[in-house]
Amino acid sequence: MIKKVDTYALTWRFPLIIWQLLFFVGPLVFMISITFFLVKNYRMTEAFEMKNWIKMLTRGYFWDAYAYTLWLATLSTVITSCIAFPASYALSFKVSETTRRWAIFFLIIPFFTSYLVRTFSWYVVLAESGVFNSLIGEIGLGPYKILNTQVGTIIGYLTFCLPLVIILQTLSLANVDRNLIEAAYNLGAGWARTLLTVIVPSAKVGLIIGAVFCFILSYGDFVSPYYLGGSKPPTLSILIIDTTKSGQQWPRAAVVAVMMMSTLMIVAFAAILAAYRKPR
Amino acid sequence: MNIQGNRLINFILKSYIGLVFLFIFTPIITSLVFSFNSDRFASIPLGSFTLKWYETIYNDPDVWDAVRTSIIVAVSSSVLATGIGFCTAYTDFRYTFKFKNAYLALALLPPTIPLIIMALAMLAWFSKIGTSGSIFSVIIAHTVLCAPFAMAVIRLRLQQMNRDIEAAAWNLGATEWAAMRYVVIPFVKPAIVSALCLTMAVSFDEFAVAWFVSGLNKTIPVLILEILQGNVDPQINAIGTFVFITTMTLVIIAQLFFMIRSQGSENNTNE
Repeated sequence: MIKKVDTYALTWRFPLIIWQLLFFVGPLVFMISITFFLVKNYRMTEAFEMKNWIKMLTRGYFWDAYAYTLWLATLSTVITSCIAFPASYALSFKVSETTRRWAIFFLIIPFFTSYLVRTFSWYVVLAESGVFNSLIGEIGLGPYKILNTQVGTIIGYLTFCLPLVIILQTLSLANVDRNLIEAAYNLGAGWARTLLTVIVPSAKVGLIIGAVFCFILSYGDFVSPYYLGGSKPPTLSILIIDTTKSGQQWPRAAVVAVMMMSTLMIVAFAAILAAYRKPR
Repeated sequence: MNIQGNRLINFILKSYIGLVFLFIFTPIITSLVFSFNSDRFASIPLGSFTLKWYETIYNDPDVWDAVRTSIIVAVSSSVLATGIGFCTAYTDFRYTFKFKNAYLALALLPPTIPLIIMALAMLAWFSKIGTSGSIFSVIIAHTVLCAPFAMAVIRLRLQQMNRDIEAAAWNLGATEWAAMRYVVIPFVKPAIVSALCLTMAVSFDEFAVAWFVSGLNKTIPVLILEILQGNVDPQINAIGTFVFITTMTLVIIAQLFFMIRSQGSENNTNE
């Protein structure tokens, strides 16, 4: 079929296509292709060899980092979702509409404060002679070593993810049909049963989307594990930085990046399947 | 409220919200407080009030260079991103076509890719096409990252536009271009301002991609990152407070323009 070319329509359609193909799809595809390139004398040369893949995937440290990153991101997702849920629940059902809107406004503010600065603040607060330890020292506790431990990393992830997860959870919980909840109560279900059999299933999609975003953010973040977690053992993102910045080993860093992307795609895909699965 | 619960549970839940907000705002408030604190190693009790960290950054030429770079990058990429975002939002609003889902995926996927991966991919790509280390690389990269936000803001605004208004203009003899110029653009103008501010704020804060591709043209967050790698330096609090005030101003302007929508729709129906 031959149609008259609609210049008007194409003028609006093409900027995005051209820009994203050139500067979004292009870089990602190129990154996949450089995993087959070689580095000779600190210069990347075009080739088609499996060397980088073999080099990275046969190394213990790569798989250690892989497992550790997966573990940290999962831990962060579980902890963040669990900490967020009571707050989102309260914001959805226990406060007025106006309070809820203000709360969401305040939860947006952190997105526009530098994450680096917030991490630095935690660094100062949590240091062994820092604010937190002097405060709890007053009541005779501590000092606790929090920096350079997993706890430090998770606190960083929480700072990063908690506002977003609460927003997503609250938006989905606030949309749960109140009549359903009332019906459950009228039929004699206690609050725990109502929560588990009515509220959570109705808000499932939002809860899972919140968790997925938390996973993606924690999985890719390098600031918390580096500055609060002490970077030992390294996560995959730290591995990418180290490999890229030292010795121009971009192809090997690209291998790590491709592994990260595939893992994320699998996780996101599984989560979406779970979110939209029809209840039996 | 439909759900009855006893007072104690309500009280506990509300205090819990308070605790969560305390956690979220602790780092923001401490950085504000310590930017005026004289001690190098912050602790309780606080030292005395001082402006010396602000003086330090005020007298540091590196900071001014970074501010200049950040402004150039934020302004350029917000204009580009808003332009692309507008075209995309309008296309999505008006047309259906084959592969539209793929088109929308192309528009909305960038924020789901971890920044560190985008950073590496952009670094490799820019060095291949030969713009690595120039300020243009940062602008291009930030445009990719910001365009989805601009598109979302403008798309939401278009949603409130009555489709008949554009059709009415055509029936009265306007070309599509004229209808765009005199009907659509005036209607979405507040959202365009809003998108400009929002994308500027996003670009002003982004550090991972900028760190990889900026070379010597450091933006403010890249500078912060490099200071962080050095030592505990309260300068960061002062820079952070400055960045916070800048971005919050932008966000509030964005919000104000986003909120004049009801007024805007009335004007449009009157015309």
